[in-house]
Amino acid sequence: MNANTVNATSTANATSTANAAIGAGAPLGKHEMAALVARDIPRGAFVNLGIGQPTLVADHLPADSGVVLHTENGMLNMGPAAKEGEIDPDLTNAGKVPVTELPGAAYFHHADSFAMMRGGHLDICVLGAFQVSGRGDLANWHTGAPDAIPAVGGAMDLAIGAKKVFVMMTLFAKDGSPKLVPECTYPLTGLGCVDRVYTDLAVFDVTPEGVKATATFGVTVEELAERLEVPLLTA
Amino acid sequence: MTVRLCAHADEAVAGIEDGSTVLVGGFGMAGMPVELIDALIRQGAKDLTVVSNNAGNGDTGLAALLAEGRVRKVICSFPRQTDSWVFDELYRSGRIELEVVPQGNLAERIRAAGAGIGAFYCPTGAGTLLAEGKETREIDGRTYVLEYPIKGDVALIGAHRADRMGNLVYRRTARNFGPVMATAATTVIAQVREIVETGSLDPEAVVTPSIYVDRVVQEAQRA
Repeated sequence: MNANTVNATSTANATSTANAAIGAGAPLGKHEMAALVARDIPRGAFVNLGIGQPTLVADHLPADSGVVLHTENGMLNMGPAAKEGEIDPDLTNAGKVPVTELPGAAYFHHADSFAMMRGGHLDICVLGAFQVSGRGDLANWHTGAPDAIPAVGGAMDLAIGAKKVFVMMTLFAKDGSPKLVPECTYPLTGLGCVDRVYTDLAVFDVTPEGVKATATFGVTVEELAERLEVPLLTA
Repeated sequence: MTVRLCAHADEAVAGIEDGSTVLVGGFGMAGMPVELIDALIRQGAKDLTVVSNNAGNGDTGLAALLAEGRVRKVICSFPRQTDSWVFDELYRSGRIELEVVPQGNLAERIRAAGAGIGAFYCPTGAGTLLAEGKETREIDGRTYVLEYPIKGDVALIGAHRADRMGNLVYRRTARNFGPVMATAATTVIAQVREIVETGSLDPEAVVTPSIYVDRVVQEAQRA
């Protein structure tokens, strides 16, 4: 795989997604968001799914997708979560959940796992976020609250390592504030690293020219533009 | 130096000094050398710096060592977990120091220590809180942060099998930090499920060659 292939395929898929979703008329649930992400992952891609909602993407990949899942704790071609009777304490994902291996799996140590990531060998990673800026800055590791215990895990390595970084998040926080913002106010995970943002209300591409909504769900681009401080490019 | 095959975990951790930096393998419980940590609790060394991916789970293993007040500082990537209440309490009450390191930097800094690298430029964390105060350099238009090695006085690791020379093989994702930590400490102590005769491990499949390993103990529950 090379970056251009990912780009071309993803763009084609995003367009078809947008067409399919027009008129859907309602914000997406987390499974629908995961399904959208899954449709944009090219066949055979090497992909890391972050802890939390991004993990759901695996459930929506077609059985014959050929997508190889990487887990930061040292494995390629990770299989689904282990069922009762399949649990092996030696085989977990990055969230410490027992998982399974698929034929063609490979194990490696932590320095190799992160060299693989940092070295640009993963095609896509999918991460959750507190905030994404219009320049593609990502904040997803720390709320910055004075009593919060900072914990970064592999978030910073993933953010700067994968060829393409997709974010999955709700577009607005529980208090109604946008999470796609001109400047992140939470501590940053990585600068200028996000390529695409999947939200319950729209999909956004972060481009050198600015942010472009490529699909919307139950709202219009004009309505979104009114609620966001980040300027949206119009076609 | 020839590996010492120890009869008990207590023998394996003998001599660990107060103030040591201890690299502890494992990712969650996978690869966690629980019997060696329990032996270290009995052994009594204090004022330790612990380097591990997490900062203890539940009330056993690393969490129990922390609860005993024996750890001055934790260097890890992800202390905060649903079951990290021992660390959380120590941290919030100001009784333990914390250095949070991105997980890949943690692995690479340990690797660098074992590989004789003085420091390295790494893009991870550039422009974030975790790179504040660190030297940076622009290389081909990208910002890199200078990162220094993390070397241990002692490494406690879990492996699947050892032969009698100390060659190690791991199993599945329990491999995690074991192979890099094995290269980066003055005294490397491995807890294994089984010690097999020299010659019975496939040399092509050995992950940690015996040169890195100082002491090996077979898990008591399997001995």
